[in-house]
Amino acid sequence: MKEFKINKKNYIKYFFLLLVFIFLVSFRIGRYPVPIKLLFRVIGSRFLPVSRNWDSTIETVIFQIRMPRIIASVFVGASLSLAGAVYQGVFKNPLVSPDILGVSSGAGFGAALGILLSFNKIGIQLSAFSFGILSVLLVYYFSSKIKESPILSLLIVGVLIGSAFTSLTSLIKYMADSNNKLPTISFWLMGGLSDLVMRDLEKIWIPIIFGILPLYLLRWRINILSLDEDEAKTLGLDTRKLRLVIIVSSTLITAFAVSISGLVGWVGLLIPHLARQIVGPDYEVLLPTSMLLGASYLLAIDNISRAITSVEIPLGIMTSLIGVPIFLLILLNKRPG
Amino acid sequence: MRKILRIESLDCGYKNIIVKDISFTGEEGDIICILGSNGSGKSTLIKTLAGLLVPHKGQVMVNNENIRSWSWQKRAKNIAYIPQYFNSTFQFTGLDIVVMGRTSYLRLGLAPKESDYEIAKKAMERLNISHLQDRIYSSMSGGERQLVKIAQALAQEAKILLMDEPTNNLDFGNQITMLNYLKELSEMGILIIMATHFPDQALSYGTKALLVSQGEGKLVINPRENIVEEDLEKLYDLQIKILDYHINNENRKVCVPF
Repeated sequence: MKEFKINKKNYIKYFFLLLVFIFLVSFRIGRYPVPIKLLFRVIGSRFLPVSRNWDSTIETVIFQIRMPRIIASVFVGASLSLAGAVYQGVFKNPLVSPDILGVSSGAGFGAALGILLSFNKIGIQLSAFSFGILSVLLVYYFSSKIKESPILSLLIVGVLIGSAFTSLTSLIKYMADSNNKLPTISFWLMGGLSDLVMRDLEKIWIPIIFGILPLYLLRWRINILSLDEDEAKTLGLDTRKLRLVIIVSSTLITAFAVSISGLVGWVGLLIPHLARQIVGPDYEVLLPTSMLLGASYLLAIDNISRAITSVEIPLGIMTSLIGVPIFLLILLNKRPG
Repeated sequence: MRKILRIESLDCGYKNIIVKDISFTGEEGDIICILGSNGSGKSTLIKTLAGLLVPHKGQVMVNNENIRSWSWQKRAKNIAYIPQYFNSTFQFTGLDIVVMGRTSYLRLGLAPKESDYEIAKKAMERLNISHLQDRIYSSMSGGERQLVKIAQALAQEAKILLMDEPTNNLDFGNQITMLNYLKELSEMGILIIMATHFPDQALSYGTKALLVSQGEGKLVINPRENIVEEDLEKLYDLQIKILDYHINNENRKVCVPF
């Protein structure tokens, strides 16, 4: 059994190596391919005295274009997968994801509203973030008022609140100026990381500290929250406090991720499932695996979406087009029991 | 034996009081059987003892301290609880579930260590269920899951074990095996309190019996000698005869309806 556990922990190493590999390869993809050797030398030149015998556009490509996007993909993919895995545990339901809890539709409405009101980029992100949080609060509040079948009521309320926000978004699109605002809104809703700059990444440490860190530290305890409430309490957990910390943290990172990437669907549902198939349900291993796998997955898909055709395909479209068949495959091959 | 549990004029229930004025004490090694018809409040009482329900009146005192003043963590170190129904959405292994009994001993931010896994494995060995370590908990039979939960309670190292109908989903053979395990645990000094539908269990295993009917409880010490037919007749609204029999020079009793 000890070896069994160690085997599972080895997966974390493999998935980390996979992520590093995809990370490096990502610099090669696009109109200005950056070979890995050159990449190391350019990055190294920032810290060490290396003779600079390369074109200065290479530096622009690496630091201004590729790097923000690659880091954002890693961050958004890891966050959405982490949040999805955590939500599934605390709501004891493998079908819950950030999308289903209404974060995405709330954030989508917030962004559309921000664009309609001509907010600047920060304002739009902030608006998306706030409505994402508001939506989860509404879902959580109303579903806690329904006495029967907490799991089902959560899903139903999630669908209801989600569709209310989707309708409001449609209303905004209907009212928006069809020459410049409507395309911006539509583009945001399709999700993408193409217009990110280095400055956007400077904020990323906030959700990492306030969201990812507590979840990572509490990860083993999520196993127990996924059992019956009474069992969790009598095993020694203050479930109310713990659940609150965990839900607030995962909502924070989801809303933040969505506010910089737009709507990128399916990652938060698909990746935790895939990870659970590979390493089992123990959150001690499942959580890091989900994060690494999610980061690799989104980075790979973002690479595909900018390389496959001369015009970039929005990321949200790619994640569903690729995610749905993968999810079907997982369901069809699911272990019995 | 050392007295560890004291219940004094306890009224318990959800919004309304379901059972009232319950008093008894529990010592190390006691097996206290709670008998009563469906809906009489057995589960409510057990949940109150576990700290899951706040008593309307009275106190649950463990080692002379009111458990209301304890954190969940401290309660877990003293009281283990096995509910009537339990399962898991996700496919944890038997060992995953048993090691969860160590939760109250972990520092914040830590997962169980090698030593916790050792304790969990020993608990499974003691119940002869080491073969369930790698099996998936949610696809085990009711009896196997029950044993895994008991192993979890052992890993929890609590002195008091509360069980809500532990023999409910078990076949006849497994019921007896389970009761013999419980007897072994009580011989290790664990205080066992269990709700049950079988008066025979109180007659052959109980050191005390709490008979709950119409919202009131009657405590019978040493039920094998002291339970009378009228007690059980009142409990189940049946005519009941308690019969003596002898096996291996041992006096035993069994109750039959007629």
